[in-house]
Order: sequence, then structure tokens, then C-alpha cells
Amino acid sequence: MSHSTDYIGKPTNRVDGPAKVAGTAKYAAEFNVPNLLYGYVVSSPIAKGKITKIDAAPVLALPGVHQVFSHENVPSLAWLDRSYKDDIAPGGSPFRPLHSAEIKFSMQPVALVVADTFELARYAASVLHVEYEEEAHETELAKHLDEAYEPGRGKSGYKPPKSRGNFGKGWQQGVAHMEAQYSHHAQHHNPMEMFASTVEWLGDKKLNIYDKTQGAFNSQQYVMKIFGLGKDEARVVSKYTGGGFGSGLRPQYQLFLAVLASLELKRSVRVSLTRQQMFSFGHRPETLQHVALATAEDGSLTGINHVAVAETSQFEDFTENVVGWSGTLYDCKNVSLGYRLSKLDVYTPLDMRAPGAASGSIALEIAMDEMAYAAGLDPLEFRIRNYSDFDQAQNLPYSSKALRKCYAEGAAKFGWEKRTAEPGSMKDGNLLVGWGMGGGIWDASKQPAVAKASLDADGHLTVSSGTNDIGTGTYTIMTQIAAQSMGLPLEAVTFVLGDTELPEAPVQGGSWTAASIGNSVVEACTKLGEKLLKQAQKMDHPAFKDAKIDNVEFANGQLRLRADATQAVVLRDLVQASGEPKMEAENSTVLAKLELLKPPTHSMHAHNAVFVEVKVDPELMTVHVTRVVNAVAAGRILNPKTARSQVMGSVVWGISSALMEESVMDHRFGRYMNHNYAEYHVPVNADIHDIDVIFVSEEDDKVNPLGVKGIGEVGLLGVAAAVTNAIYHATGQRVRDLPVTIDKLL
Amino acid sequence: MSQVTQVPLGRAPVAPAPTQPVSLNINGQAHTLHIAPWTTLLDALREYLDLTGTKKGCDHGQCGACTVLVDGKRINSCLSLAVTHEDSRIQTIEGLGTEDKLSPLQQAFIDHDAFQCGYCTPGQICSAQGLINEGKAKNEAEVRELMSGNVCRCGAYPNILSAVMEVMQNEGLIMEDKAWSAGATEPEIAPVEPPKK
Repeated sequence: MSHSTDYIGKPTNRVDGPAKVAGTAKYAAEFNVPNLLYGYVVSSPIAKGKITKIDAAPVLALPGVHQVFSHENVPSLAWLDRSYKDDIAPGGSPFRPLHSAEIKFSMQPVALVVADTFELARYAASVLHVEYEEEAHETELAKHLDEAYEPGRGKSGYKPPKSRGNFGKGWQQGVAHMEAQYSHHAQHHNPMEMFASTVEWLGDKKLNIYDKTQGAFNSQQYVMKIFGLGKDEARVVSKYTGGGFGSGLRPQYQLFLAVLASLELKRSVRVSLTRQQMFSFGHRPETLQHVALATAEDGSLTGINHVAVAETSQFEDFTENVVGWSGTLYDCKNVSLGYRLSKLDVYTPLDMRAPGAASGSIALEIAMDEMAYAAGLDPLEFRIRNYSDFDQAQNLPYSSKALRKCYAEGAAKFGWEKRTAEPGSMKDGNLLVGWGMGGGIWDASKQPAVAKASLDADGHLTVSSGTNDIGTGTYTIMTQIAAQSMGLPLEAVTFVLGDTELPEAPVQGGSWTAASIGNSVVEACTKLGEKLLKQAQKMDHPAFKDAKIDNVEFANGQLRLRADATQAVVLRDLVQASGEPKMEAENSTVLAKLELLKPPTHSMHAHNAVFVEVKVDPELMTVHVTRVVNAVAAGRILNPKTARSQVMGSVVWGISSALMEESVMDHRFGRYMNHNYAEYHVPVNADIHDIDVIFVSEEDDKVNPLGVKGIGEVGLLGVAAAVTNAIYHATGQRVRDLPVTIDKLL
Repeated sequence: MSQVTQVPLGRAPVAPAPTQPVSLNINGQAHTLHIAPWTTLLDALREYLDLTGTKKGCDHGQCGACTVLVDGKRINSCLSLAVTHEDSRIQTIEGLGTEDKLSPLQQAFIDHDAFQCGYCTPGQICSAQGLINEGKAKNEAEVRELMSGNVCRCGAYPNILSAVMEVMQNEGLIMEDKAWSAGATEPEIAPVEPPKK
């Protein structure tokens, strides 16, 4: 029976919408607590060497400047590396801000100037005298391929790639072959909100920390361990996050600096980074890739070889799954995979939207296009012929896989059958038209998380979990889930997040939030329902006397019998009768934690297929992406409205990655030279045209009870490759070094 | 090895200019601030008036997150000193509407899901209001072009476009109907000879 409160799967406006459009949603740098001091970071101009002198006296003499923090005056803090490791830290020795005179990367923070006003702190930082002894740095990946090594276990979530069969044999069996190198430069997340932490000093070491993060608990653990603070001394709050894309997965150095200054000066302190300084921490690593494919007469793949070498810092081994997907996405017996790292004098890379897969899919999906041409097959037909019905990499069946539907529905919507294969064979006036495609695969994962459901005597339900909403729609989908679970209208439900005083949740990343928090919300609501039923039974309500939880339902703000809806009791009355101000229940994470220990019985993934049209000016070689159809199979879609937006945003990211985005390193300085929003190119409104998002139906009762796979990342996969493939189709030019800027086509 | 000096001692710090009273008319209200003359309008709003709806995304006039309306015209408030606006009427997102009484643009942004993280949103809305005030944009292509000073890293552009278009259509400001909506009409694709190599 359907109810008016069945919100799951319905397009629903964001519940945090009014706060965001009215400007009342407060981000980390917007908590104007009383007597606030401002910290401004001084960044190293050299990439390697050491600080030989800091002359802080003239700056300290300025009225209104409170302190200049540097390695010379930082108090004794935690000593062991593990105290500096956050939940997302890879293997190695994490960077410690202001720890020593040593410079390990360009724009490393070397000092924090704290003053009464932002203006004064900025000025004082600009005139701080610092001397360095510079050493030769190495920032060029191509020059250090020989030193590349296989990383160990890496960070959690990293799966060392597994080869299978015999690629050499497969290569020889093939009748058609392709082999090519692909590369892309470093990319920076550049969320719109600049990184900031406002630390409110509440006296006696007690801090309220408003942090820009994707995980309040991760930030809290980090500062607790380093500064020796108790859980009640370091509350981290992050109600709104102005974009993350992975950049907020690890605590960034402004958090350390703001807490340090606050504890030392016993004052409230805010530290905001500049847009330039946001190029001084984690980024998508520059990655060089090699792919070789071979096919038999019928177009079936006889061999796949995919090797990647990526940069990492001198002090941490950043690992991501770049090549593993190539052993899963297509059916092939002989797969040879390799992944290596090379250490450079840069900051440690960091997960960036669809980490690993975004990079790997660029190489694999362009290679698939090249192979299709070499084999004389349509790129879509070629993929269908190599469809994987069984995960050969994990040797497991798929819990569900509706990629065929993505191919079919995407191609139909796009009009793919009208494509003529020959490059340069389609035109619109004098413009060259190119149609290309690609696709990808992403993990459907779930992490243990706690949610609490609390019903008050007015009948208002508050559900809470210390997760984040980085624009993903978490506030909204959790409100939908909770409202449907308890049969309440959306207005009677509030979802609260982003606070370490709430039940513990993991960082928001990996596209796991909908599954992790969503299922926890369902469980918490189920437990609350059981309590409410018990209360009804206590009240001697005859209809519920022998009722079990399965015999009742929650609808219209009531608890009622499934068999006889007239037998009902208002939820509000149950709370009032309980004698307590509210009735509450939390889910348990015991089972979720056990699940993680058990070997998986199914391969659980989301998939997509993307079709792209470009129009290229034959003389100027300017490229416009005029149409994109992205068909996604990601299990149950909780809110088609916010989900569509996420996939649309992913398409914009893919176009950006294909045509614009790159952090350009000047190796003479070892620094990203386009470190601002004018020279780090991302699409603007005029660059983006029609984007069609299709969610194909995909039921999955194995992935998790809600059947949801997450859509924050999968939509990005294959987009950059599809754009590049479309450019080939339009122009006959195969560009393998992204982004495809005009100079590479002229 | 070489020596690098970040700031030559020749440029010794000088005492910054003292604060001075600056009167601003913001959202119809008069405010008098005591700020240093180098304070930007953006920082004056955010740090001295707690009007944090106006966002800082780059501080260099590159992203548009700080867009406010000055005498009805959209400007990047990060590129403007507060002290130069004593005679201006300044309107910020807080002055366009409130959570309980949203402006048509604010409501359209919600209805079209024209944002995700929400950080560029006040700037986008102020910019859209400025665009409407200018009266130049008459179709989708022009709205896209003239909304291109506001970066949205979440990539909500198509939804921003449809939100702005809806408000403009309701106000009778659109001349052509879906004039340049790529894909609105079937593109004419004719097979031609491949280019000669």
C-alpha cells in the first residue's frame, strides 16, 4: 500500500535549499565569534631546502599583530607519526605543519601571522622576512619513471592490481592490436569555498571548531591526538561544506594552525587559506599510463595490459585504484596490470572525485575506442561484445549490473545509430561533428555509521548522524528516508549532521554516504518504531496487544495495524504517554562492522555509459561539447532530482578534465603556476550545453537493504574519454595527453 | 644550493593606516563601520557586518562568488574597497529575500536544483538579478554567456540556466523561445567525405 509519505525515489527539493539561497547557511569561515583573531599563512617560495632565518621582530612590532608562529616557537606537540595520521592518511609519515626548518614542497606553510584583523594579518604576512637555503628539487614525473616502485598495501581501500591469465599469449592470439601511452596532469579540487577553520576559544582548552571538512570526526581525531585534547575539548562542527570533491577528506593545515594559535593565545582564531594556497595540498596526481589491447576475429578481447605510474610525495605513498577497473569492466582471460609510484618534491596527492577510476578510465576508454577502430567495429558494439557478466577480477557474480540497459537507453536517447564511423564524416554546416562514447565502473560500498532517531512530544522527528553534506543532498535524502520510515510528512522531520556531538559517521566520500547513513537511518527508525509499539502496548491499547512490528505500519503520523488502518494511535500521544520529553533509538554498527570482515559474496558496482557530441571549428579547432547523454546504473535512486544534479556535475567535471583542467607545474620552481581561478580553467555556464541524465532501473537486494549504490562519482567515469573520442571522430586526431587544448589540435 | 630571501629587509613593515568611519547603505539600512581604508567591500560585509551570505571564493575577481548589487549593478565585491561605496545603494543576498520570503530567483534556484554545495549560490542569484536589471540577455545563449562570470564548481550550470530562464520568462523578458538550446531541435547531420590527410 502506498502512502503520501512515500518519499524515497521521488524528486524532492533540497531541504537545505532555503538556507543556501537566502545566504543563511554558514560555512566554516562565517562564524563571527566574539574577539576573533585572524591568522594568515606565509607559504614557502621554494620546493626543497630549509628555512635559515625568520625575522619576526619587525612584524611583531606592528600594533595589532599578536604572534608569528613558526617552527622556531611551536610548543612541543605529539611526537609519533601515528598522532598525525587521519582516517584517510596513506602509508608514510604525514606532513607536520611548522614542525621543522625543512621544506618539502612549494608553498609549504612556514609561518602563521596572527593579528586583530584579516587585513592586518595579510599585510604582516606579506612583509615577514624569511630566508631559505634552497636545494635542487625534483618535480617532473617523466624524469623519474625508472625509480617507480610498487607501493605496499597503501591506504585503506587500495587494492593492489591483480593480473590473470597470460597477456603475452593473449596478445599473440589477437588479430588486431592497439598500444598507446596516455597522460594527464595534476588537477586540484578547487571547491568554491576556500579552506578555513574558525576556532572558538571557550576557556580552559575547550574549543568549538568550525572546520571545512568532509568528516567532522576525522578532524576531531586529528586535533585530539596532536594537541592532547579530550573529546569534549575539541568539538568539530561542519554543517555546510562549500564543495569537497575529496579535498576535505584529510584535515588540511589551516585546521592545525588555527587550533595551535587558539590554544597558545587563548583566543578565538580563524585561519582561511587563499585560493593560491589551496594548490599547496592534495591533488589528483599526474599519471602516465600505458594500455595495450588485442582482439580476436570476432572482436572479443584476447588481452588487456594496463600500467600506470603516478606521482606521490617524498613522505607518503598515495595510492589509488587506477588500473584495477580494467580487469573488471570487460570480459577477458588475459589481463596484465601494473601500478607504480614515483616520489617527487610535491605535497601528497589526495583522493579527487572518482579517485583512480577517473584517471584509469581516461586511458582504458580511449584505448577501447582505438581498439574498436583497429578492429573495424563500432565502439558501442565493441563494448557490448566484450560485456562482462561475471567479475573475473574478484571471481564473483555481480550483485546487479544494468550496464546493458545503460548502453541501450543511452544510445537510443543520443541517436547513436545515426553515427557514421569514419572520422570527419559528420558535419553541421562548416563545423566538424564528432560522436564518442565511454563508460565506467565504481565501487558500491558501505561503511559502519550510527544514526539516532528522536521523536518529541510534538510529534517532530529529529534524525541525526555526524556525517556531512558537501552538496550531495545528504540532508534531503536522509529526511526523505526518515519521513517515509516513520510515516511523517517531510516538514515533521529534521535531519541533523556535521557535528562531533552527534552519533559517529565516517567521512563523506567514496559515494558511500547514501548507503552507509541511509541504511543506518532506516535501522534507527525501525528501532524507534519498536519502542513506539511497546509504548502502545504499555498503554493497554487492545488492538496492539499481540501485534508484532511486522503487523504495524507508520503512516499519517500514526502507528496503526496493517490489517486494519482504523486501529491507530497518534505518535505524538505515544511520546506524551511515555512521560519522557522524547523517545529515541540508535542503530547498532556491530553487524556492519562484521560485514566488513566477511569475504564478499558478490561484486558490487555502479556502472555508466556516456555519449558525447562535440562540434569543432575546422580552422580554429575550438571544441564545443554540444550534447551529452549519461546513462547510469546505480541501484535505487533515492532522489532523482538531487541525483541528476550530481551526475550533471560529474559531466561538467568530465568535460573540464577533457578540455580545460590542469595544474601546470613550472619545474624550475617546482610550483603550480596557474594557481588561481582565472588560470586554472574550469567550465563556466557558456561552456556547458545539453546534458541528459538517465537512471536505468536496477534492483539490487544484495548490495544493502536500501538497494542504493551511490552516484557521486560514477557519473564522471568515461566522460573525458568520450569527449576525446568524439574529438577523434570529428577531426581524425587522437590526442592522448589531456586536457585536449587547442594547441594539441592545430 | 642557493639562498632565497622571501622579503628583502629593505621593505620593512610600516604601520598600517588607521581605521576610519565608513558609512554604508546596505539592503536599505545605514551602517557606520570603523575600518581600515584597504578593507574590501566583501570583507566589510563578511567580517564587520556579519553579512556572510556574500561569499569569498578567490578574493581576486575570478569566481564571482562575492557578487553583490551596487546601485542595481552586479560587481565583484572583493575587487572594490568599502570606502568607495559611501554613496552607493548596496544589495546583498540577504536583501533579496529571506528563508521565509524568498525572491522569485531564490525560489527558482530551489525548484530547479540550481546548486549543490550552495557556496556560489548567493553570487549566482545576485548576478542573475543584475543580469535581469541590465536587460541585455534575451535568450538562453545570452543568459549562459552573461552568467559566465560566476563559477560553479559543482557544475549546476544547466539548472542555473533553467532557473534564470524561468524567472525571465515569467517577467516577460525572453524574446526567443528556446532559441539556442542545443538538442532542442534535431541537429542536421549530413555524412561528408573524410578530410584528406
